[in-house]
Amino acid sequence: MTHRGSRVLHVGSLSRVEGEGALHLSVHDGTVTRAQLRIYEPPRFFEAFLRGRSYAEPPDITARVCGICPVAYQLSACAAIENACGITVDPALRVLRRLLYCGEWIESQTLHIYLLHAPDFLGCDSAIELARTARGHVERGLRLKQAGNAILELLGGRAIHPVNVRIGGFHRVPTVAELRPLAGQLERALDDAWQTVEWVSGFEFPDAEVDADLFALAEPETYAIETGTPAVLRADSDTPNLFPLHTFLDRVREEHLPHSTALHATLDGRRHLTGSLARFAISGRWLSRTAVRAARAAGLGDPRAGVFSRNPYRSILVRAVEVVYAVDEALRIIRAYERPRRPYTEVPATAGTGHGATEAPRGLLYHRYVLDAEGTVTDARLVPPTAQNQGAIEDDLRRTAQRAITQSDIEDEELTRLCERAIRNHDPCISCSTHFLDLTVDRT
Amino acid sequence: MGAPTLAVFKLASCDGCQLTLLDCEDELLGLAGQMEITHFLEASSAVRPGPYDLTLVEGSVTTPADAERIREIRAASRHLVTIGACATAGGIQALRNFADVEEFTRTVYARPDYIDTLATSTPVSAHVDVDFELRGCPVDRRQLLEVITAYLAGRRPDIPDNSVCFECKRRGTVCVTVAHGTPCLGPVTHAGCGAICPAYGRGCYGCFGPSGSVNLPALIPVLHRDGMDDRDTERFLHTFNTAAFEEESRR
Ligand code: SF4
Ligand code: SF4
Repeated sequence: MTHRGSRVLHVGSLSRVEGEGALHLSVHDGTVTRAQLRIYEPPRFFEAFLRGRSYAEPPDITARVCGICPVAYQLSACAAIENACGITVDPALRVLRRLLYCGEWIESQTLHIYLLHAPDFLGCDSAIELARTARGHVERGLRLKQAGNAILELLGGRAIHPVNVRIGGFHRVPTVAELRPLAGQLERALDDAWQTVEWVSGFEFPDAEVDADLFALAEPETYAIETGTPAVLRADSDTPNLFPLHTFLDRVREEHLPHSTALHATLDGRRHLTGSLARFAISGRWLSRTAVRAARAAGLGDPRAGVFSRNPYRSILVRAVEVVYAVDEALRIIRAYERPRRPYTEVPATAGTGHGATEAPRGLLYHRYVLDAEGTVTDARLVPPTAQNQGAIEDDLRRTAQRAITQSDIEDEELTRLCERAIRNHDPCISCSTHFLDLTVDRT
Repeated sequence: MGAPTLAVFKLASCDGCQLTLLDCEDELLGLAGQMEITHFLEASSAVRPGPYDLTLVEGSVTTPADAERIREIRAASRHLVTIGACATAGGIQALRNFADVEEFTRTVYARPDYIDTLATSTPVSAHVDVDFELRGCPVDRRQLLEVITAYLAGRRPDIPDNSVCFECKRRGTVCVTVAHGTPCLGPVTHAGCGAICPAYGRGCYGCFGPSGSVNLPALIPVLHRDGMDDRDTERFLHTFNTAAFEEESRR
């Protein structure tokens, strides 16, 4: 068999990603002619059945789009509905939302680092296998993840699909005495997060670069998480361009292609990437002092000087830095915490259209709702990060595969492994199938 | 004889229930020492064919391909346990069962002709025999561990069938309905979560589905008294376990 010649690689079910996807690669005469990340997650029709529900419901309902980042869905929904009703939530409650989101970041990024991504660098199939030789590392990861979950459980009631979020704020806000004990666990977590940075910075990173535009929220003076304005860093520029959130759907367009089962999104007609690499590029200068030190220790350079990385393999380093940041930020919020006087700001129903976006661990997540005067949802749009990233992921996949077959007579098995790695670099969360669909006919 | 084998499969779902297993941080490595995880795509690239001693299935059946797949999974499993509201009651996506799916498809997708979906979202038990159903959206970590250890020990899981109200009492939470007139599905909802919502000052919205001995008709006037009109009541019951509550209300 001539390895540079023609072949088709098909991986029916990707592992160590969230949700169900497949990969498909066609090589003809030594050239990669097709590289596809296929998403065969069945459709769940969230946008359809949100219509007719009360405006109080989307936070609980859309949480069920994704068990890995429910808070991202809850808070994007809250932001959009509050925007539609023309309400700004009390600052003290906004800080608590940020704390809750920090919990999700810690939990979710640590999950990706230890359970999904690190095994690729260490040549094993799972963290469980890794634990046989490096139990201490895996235990540290689980402990760190648990600290994130502890925030979610205390503030949200439980780690997956928290029950305490509502439009306007929370059903109940914790007392100072309830929140304080988390500080001890988080101090320990800060050590664990630091050691995570040191651990992953020892991995080997193949050379690679994504040339897609980078896309994240920007919020002056802070690392944008729960609020911000969309910002694009074009591949040929070093200054991000901001655009108003209400124009999101004019800029980010989703197209339904037959070859993949997910909607493909472009930003101003170009491929873009959202997620850790993009956030670090756009908000890196606003990281806390501790997180800047972590970034330097990780070998990512000085984010305050505008240094960032476009190497998708290094996304694990950025995630590790983001975990340090989220733990640090959670500690800051807890230490300064005073119990808000009211658990929520009243949000009376108003007819209108509202937009909301937050930084899910996997990238920018946008919601838009149209409400009638009674507060009934008449239309809903959700644009999750993975749908946006799919084009950039496939580009990266194509480049990775092309380089590998050009450079050597790589065996199919090795090429498959390489391609799966390229996909996992981007941490695609295929479960966010607000409008992913099942495809049985390949028409291309 | 080797260690018992564990498989985790997913149909239409959010991944939350299988994530609950990875959220057992304190128990995960211990469990992995006692069982051999032979199919768990979210956690491991090493995949081995069945038969599996214990199979956990998350998600509901919404496509012809999944209807076929669940039969294969059943055939390869000694014990098959469904985890969560999707697998046990059709999940939130069962809202389509009461709507026009073609219309849904046109709403969400630019090219509905690319879509192949069933008009319904059905629980696993509508397709194959199930040995045990664990409720919750998502399932509770302690209950999930109980199910796994029970199968390891060769006994039935000890999952009581009473309502969330029992857990409120045990937790010492003041009843939100009695004290504040907050509409609450606790009296008809399966226990398991530890009565989280009332403890956080809101009514239960039924994410664990109906409990064993529900008296749904008796609850409706109470919901009305607490300010819910027919439409609110209908929405309240028709969300995460819509198909299960529907069945109960027809009894
Ligand atoms: S039951 Fe709920 S938590 Fe579990 S998979 Fe379904 S939607 Fe997710
Ligand atoms: S109280 Fe009800 S809605 Fe809340 S978590 Fe428990 S079962 Fe679910």
